[in-house]
Amino acid sequence: MTRPKRVTLFIQCIVDSSFPEVGEAMVKVLERQGLVLDYPEGQTCCGQPAFNAGYRVEAARLARHYLDVFEDAEAVVCPSGSCVNMVRHHYRELFARDARLLDRVERAAAKTYEFTEFLVDVLGVTDVGATWNGEVTYHDSCHLLRGLGVKDQPRALLSKVRGLRLVEMTRSDECCGFGGTFSAKYPEISEALLETKLANIQATGAGTVVGCDMGCLMHMQGMIRRRELPISVRHIAEILAGEE
Amino acid sequence: MEQNPLKYKELAAKAVQDKQLHKALGKMRDKVGRNAVKLYKELPTGAGSREAAKEVRRKIVDNLDVVLETLIESIRARGGHVHLAETDADAVEYCLAVAKRFEVRRVVKGKSMLSEEIRLNDALEAAGIETVETDLGEYIVQLKGEAPSHIIAPAIHYTREQVGELFAEKLGVPYTSDPPTLTAMARKALREKMLTADMGISGGNTACAETGHVTIVSNEGNIRMTSTMPRVHIVLLGIEKVAATLEDHDILLRMLTRAAAGQKISTYVSYVGGPRLDAEPDGPEEFHLVLVDNGRSRILADPDFREVLHCVRCGGCLNVCPVYMSIGGHSYGSPYCGPIGAVFTPLTRGINTCHHLCQGETLCGACKEVCPVDNDLPRMLSLLRSKLADGDRRWNVKPHSRIEKLIFGAWSVVMSHRGLYDALTALARAGQRLLPRRNGWIRHLPGPLGGWTRGRDFPPLAAKSFAQRWARRSTARRGE
Repeated sequence: MTRPKRVTLFIQCIVDSSFPEVGEAMVKVLERQGLVLDYPEGQTCCGQPAFNAGYRVEAARLARHYLDVFEDAEAVVCPSGSCVNMVRHHYRELFARDARLLDRVERAAAKTYEFTEFLVDVLGVTDVGATWNGEVTYHDSCHLLRGLGVKDQPRALLSKVRGLRLVEMTRSDECCGFGGTFSAKYPEISEALLETKLANIQATGAGTVVGCDMGCLMHMQGMIRRRELPISVRHIAEILAGEE
Repeated sequence: MEQNPLKYKELAAKAVQDKQLHKALGKMRDKVGRNAVKLYKELPTGAGSREAAKEVRRKIVDNLDVVLETLIESIRARGGHVHLAETDADAVEYCLAVAKRFEVRRVVKGKSMLSEEIRLNDALEAAGIETVETDLGEYIVQLKGEAPSHIIAPAIHYTREQVGELFAEKLGVPYTSDPPTLTAMARKALREKMLTADMGISGGNTACAETGHVTIVSNEGNIRMTSTMPRVHIVLLGIEKVAATLEDHDILLRMLTRAAAGQKISTYVSYVGGPRLDAEPDGPEEFHLVLVDNGRSRILADPDFREVLHCVRCGGCLNVCPVYMSIGGHSYGSPYCGPIGAVFTPLTRGINTCHHLCQGETLCGACKEVCPVDNDLPRMLSLLRSKLADGDRRWNVKPHSRIEKLIFGAWSVVMSHRGLYDALTALARAGQRLLPRRNGWIRHLPGPLGGWTRGRDFPPLAAKSFAQRWARRSTARRGE
């Protein structure tokens, strides 16, 4: 895709309701790129929580809502790999038998981008002029990495942040154990995965873990806070919005 | 040993505490699991190896009737017997009948997950036939009276010290934890059994219809003794585990050994397909191939799940699955564990009975990425969950939770109207004041969300949503 004139924000439900500062950080980074942003007020959720739990009729209701809200957008940018993966890859499973909707799904799939892939692949930018002092380690979210194939883009962006040093953790591509409703239904297993993840983060010695998905990040932060571990958690937008 | 997939949560909760288990599985992950993809890429098919193998499997499975017919004809032409068993009971009955005809008193077995699936050992023992596993790992779990905990490495959950104790107890040998000494002890005990067994039973890893042979890979050599020394040899093979041509067979074999054990080829590759011929110095008097359906043709008939029959049973998905790594194989309550077990077992044993297997994963996708035939297990897990959500007549599934269905239904209605969503968020924002907090985050959540706050704090709703902040910003800008 060529550089769009106007970028439409999709601020997914958990960022909208619980982490609005992450959405604002993304806005800051995009505006610094000279983009004109708009935010359709009707937007809510892509439907992923229902889809992953098996509730496809319910997920389809939200998918239709998404298609309506973003019908006229030129390019949609969202600070989450898993929401974009839902739109790009799973919507078509929901409407496999509906040719007319499928056509709209394909259009939505083609124009919905995850934040870092939009910066690097569409805008061709890796240096966003950010400064952030300290060592960080990067967690590859499952759906961002394996669903969208986004692995190098966040690292390229982080490598250009002044003052920041990226220390890779062991198995950065391994799941943190969130998995949507799984985390509450199977807490023992979910926590076991999270413990492994946090141990790998701590072993890097970096004080901060960075990721592109608030689902994973709030999951990590949940245990970090409960156990009072000395790790801070940042969405990549917050790092990229950082100034001296 | 009784295996019950309904105990998944309970068994997993115990297994996550087992540091020893995690250490053993972690080795498997680092040595085999995380190297498999690199090994596939070294093949002539390069980065497209998995996709090429998937296409081979797809063609075979889509034409399974013709491929199987060819295999059956080829084996019969060489003097082998072939039995098509529709159910587990049918397969067991056939094996017992052959054993009876040969007046078998002792059976030696090569490793076979299918024999675990049809519970053959129990039936043989009940018929008064001593049944001895000859794969070292299988032998260890058999001595212990346990089921295998990994498709390829049945005793992966044991340390050498534990094996030493087990051998001392069961074989009456002095305790040692030295692996070569332990192997020699098992070898001695097993050789005696192999030399005196009347019947050998093994599981096929794959087969080739064109040439009419079954292929068995191993690293211990025991399988060759099982297949050649006793008077009669039975091979168990799932109906889907066949290749049409020798070329297909080779493509799949080289992916299989890489995926299963990180090997370019296993130490032994045996091709069997008939009784001893006149000119041959050894081999069984009779050869039987038992092709087991046991629910597979039902899967074959459903285009949504047919893909799971592409599986070559390498166990590769176990070795990268963070859930399997944390809970081990026994938690699944089924011979097939890990991601492949979580899809295959519900489809053969009942989706409601196996609801934990369908729901107890994160859908992280690591299994799909390592699978030598690119099986989309997360897609099928997600689909199984949808059968549980709404029920399904074809698969005879009852809705798993009407309450959950109601909750998601109500949630989706609220979420498809921004006004309702805002109203509910405002309500929840007021309500969350009642919840205990520390440093801003919530310590305890009520109801089904309580699972989260068992060991993790939960983020509170922000005082103002992004939408509210955006609206305020827009108003301010218009005022400028």
